[in-house]
Amino acid sequence: MSTPTIDQVTDVADATAAKRAGAFRRIITTPLGLFSVIVLIGIVMLGLLEPVLRGHDPNTADLAAINAPPGTPGYFLGADQNGRDIWSRVLTAINVSVTSALIGSGVAVGIGSILGLISGYVGKRVDGVLAWIFSLLMTFPALILIMVLQPITGGTYQTMMALFGIFISPGIFWLVRNLVRGVKNELYVDAAKVSGLSNRRILSRHVLYVVRGPIIISAAFMATAAIGIQAGLAFLGFGSAQDANFGTMTADAFLNIYRAPLQLLWPSLFLGLMNAALVLLGNSYRDALAGPQAAARRHRKKRSASTSDATAPSEEPTEARKASAQTQGKLLSVRNLRVSYPNLDGTRKEVVKGISLDIHAGEIVGLVGESGSGKSQTAFSILGLLPKQAEVSADVMNLAGDSLLNHDAKLLRRMRGSVISYIPQEPMSNLDPSFTIGSQLVEGLSSSMSKKEAKETALALLARVGITDPERTFKSYPHQISGGMAQRVLIAGAVAPRPKLLIADEPTTALDVTVQAEILDLLRDLQGELGMGVLLVTHNFGVVADICDRVLVMRDGEMVEGGDVRTIFRNPSHPYTQELIASILDEETVRTDPAPAVLASAKEQK
Amino acid sequence: MNPLLQVSNLRLSYPGRGFRWAAPEVLRGISLDIAPGETLGLVGESGSGKTTLGRAVLGLAAPTSGSIVFDGNDITTASQSERRKLARDIQVVFQDPYTSLNPALPIADILSEPLIGQGKKPSEARRSVTALLDQVGLPADSAARYPREFSGGQRQRVAIARALALQPRLIVCDEPVSALDLTTQARVLDLLIDLQRRTGVAYLFITHDLSVVRHISHRIAVMYRGELVETGPTAQVTEAPESDYTRRLVLASPTADPDRQRERREARRMLSLRSKA
Repeated sequence: MSTPTIDQVTDVADATAAKRAGAFRRIITTPLGLFSVIVLIGIVMLGLLEPVLRGHDPNTADLAAINAPPGTPGYFLGADQNGRDIWSRVLTAINVSVTSALIGSGVAVGIGSILGLISGYVGKRVDGVLAWIFSLLMTFPALILIMVLQPITGGTYQTMMALFGIFISPGIFWLVRNLVRGVKNELYVDAAKVSGLSNRRILSRHVLYVVRGPIIISAAFMATAAIGIQAGLAFLGFGSAQDANFGTMTADAFLNIYRAPLQLLWPSLFLGLMNAALVLLGNSYRDALAGPQAAARRHRKKRSASTSDATAPSEEPTEARKASAQTQGKLLSVRNLRVSYPNLDGTRKEVVKGISLDIHAGEIVGLVGESGSGKSQTAFSILGLLPKQAEVSADVMNLAGDSLLNHDAKLLRRMRGSVISYIPQEPMSNLDPSFTIGSQLVEGLSSSMSKKEAKETALALLARVGITDPERTFKSYPHQISGGMAQRVLIAGAVAPRPKLLIADEPTTALDVTVQAEILDLLRDLQGELGMGVLLVTHNFGVVADICDRVLVMRDGEMVEGGDVRTIFRNPSHPYTQELIASILDEETVRTDPAPAVLASAKEQK
Repeated sequence: MNPLLQVSNLRLSYPGRGFRWAAPEVLRGISLDIAPGETLGLVGESGSGKTTLGRAVLGLAAPTSGSIVFDGNDITTASQSERRKLARDIQVVFQDPYTSLNPALPIADILSEPLIGQGKKPSEARRSVTALLDQVGLPADSAARYPREFSGGQRQRVAIARALALQPRLIVCDEPVSALDLTTQARVLDLLIDLQRRTGVAYLFITHDLSVVRHISHRIAVMYRGELVETGPTAQVTEAPESDYTRRLVLASPTADPDRQRERREARRMLSLRSKA
């Protein structure tokens, strides 16, 4: 399984070629991204081409042109109350805004990301000092300080924006620092350290890559903030009015609003377009970084709406009736179960391809297979726990005489509580960390009994599953108990309603072997006591040999072979089962070839 | 012959929170050694400190006392630049092949990086990538691909190739096959053994799985709660364990044979009854 053929590998490569094409290509393939890029480039080009495009000097007043309406010859957008050409002033203002955006976000990104990288990567005291400084910086009221410091900064918009950049840099700093602290513990960073790479190389190659996307996104938002703040300050009259900018233009137009209301439109229009394009670009960049998953999620939502009656039997009803006649007297019988998921391109990928299985009362059946074989999907479809976009169909899915197909949600929920129970793989993540063990157990029980009874039952159950001090565990929170204990708690919860069928999905995989042995013992005892049927999903043949009566082997969504445990282990008939059994590391074969040095030293000692 | 790696009375505790908090000791005086070309299997349950010991050898965790001697040089408190030189001799293969490879880099970059880190020219480093891929049984055209295009087993092969890039004398293998499927697991183990025979590299093989360790180790060391409870040749430790804990461990790991597993279960019951009595 480990080495697919070259063909398979090339297929995968073709499929991922699009992903590799870079985030920018992905941005411009979305309508929103393309629109915002075009608008932004257009506006910036207008600013750059100012000397060519403008008709008049932006500050030259012409008495003849005072409040000239748009379309006046020579005054494309008209002129303001001082007779200055609005078109030329817009072009200059664009340059001012772009420069403000670059300075403001540039300073913030520069300071924030460099110090954030250092703080997050080095940690310890450096982190303490830097975090303190940036916390302090965040307490300053940025806008007021920029206004108050105007005499010192000289009032040019560039220095004001640089100051603004410093004040908003904590945003970038915290972002980068926290991301870096997360990446620092990734195994590939450890591997890079062991490979003897220098810190600078690790930071630039491995760490910066992860934080680059979020930095770009927040830089886009900071750029809009800088543009807005610059215009706002100028509107209020802060900063020199030497260069035409959107702030002073709106202020002028504002005074003139009754005589020439259109004058207010131009600066607002460009300002709005620019900021909207920046924000939308940031958004579409984030979508592009999230990759096809984000798009797929949206796609799936549409699909699942159209296939809401997903559990309808697909075959002829007579077929189904015939099949159900065969399955009588069995605890669980499933015929021709199929589970499929939507692909990105709208086709469906079948992960369970028409399997059938039976479980009798009081029997432990092992469902084995490697990752991707569909064994968990099979178990979850019986439980009704598959995600919404999964499409499940079967001719028959009967549990203790009742069909699990086409039932309304309420009935299924009741059956799940009393007839089927479930033990998960990760005991810890299946307990809510914010509630005590006791309250979580009582919650499940209290629907059928009083609070007090429920508590007594829960305590008895905890004692039954081998917890030495049930009272204390009852009052504990999940983080206070070990993984093995947590699994015992979940088993207690699962057997509380005395289910007829217990489905266990790799119940011991996350546990140590000594704990695994105890949990298997417990499961065996409880199964005998309650006479329930058990479907045990596992990849471990040792577990199968320990506890199962029958085994079903799955591969690629198909049932390869099934039968009595001893038969399957001794005489597997299917080549795949034979390969699996042969891969089990034999107990007899201990490595015998001696290490070269051991040979030598043994000779020496003699 | 001198041991390649000698760990003596190593203690390590992670710093506690607050100054009155007693720092929990993860390693409580570990002593072991590995000869050149030898595999020492380090077995223990979660929390036994086996991974921490591996990280201490790699310089990723700082011991509080004791010493680690590699090839005659004390590397317990090696500086960063010394560590960088040590990278030529000590390498690592981690458990999780999904997070131990940077998803942003193509395989060629992942494999040439250690070489470039040791001062080789990028073009030279690139040339050795094909040979490395060949060594671990991956097709040469894998070089341009990204980790996500490979299965777990193939990724682990890439991680092994990265460890081999500098031709180290010791590789710390931290549960390298635990995340893999059964058939893949057997193939990767065979690859590791084959590479050892060809290159004479020594392994510190950390695992919780006795059947895996039996397959690959010359000697086994068993850890329990930060202490070494037993060390010895593989056959001796797994067939006639001396310590109580090892015996429990051996009996608890299930065998893939229903009848023998039943016997083992009975034996385990007897042992636990006896220990309670």
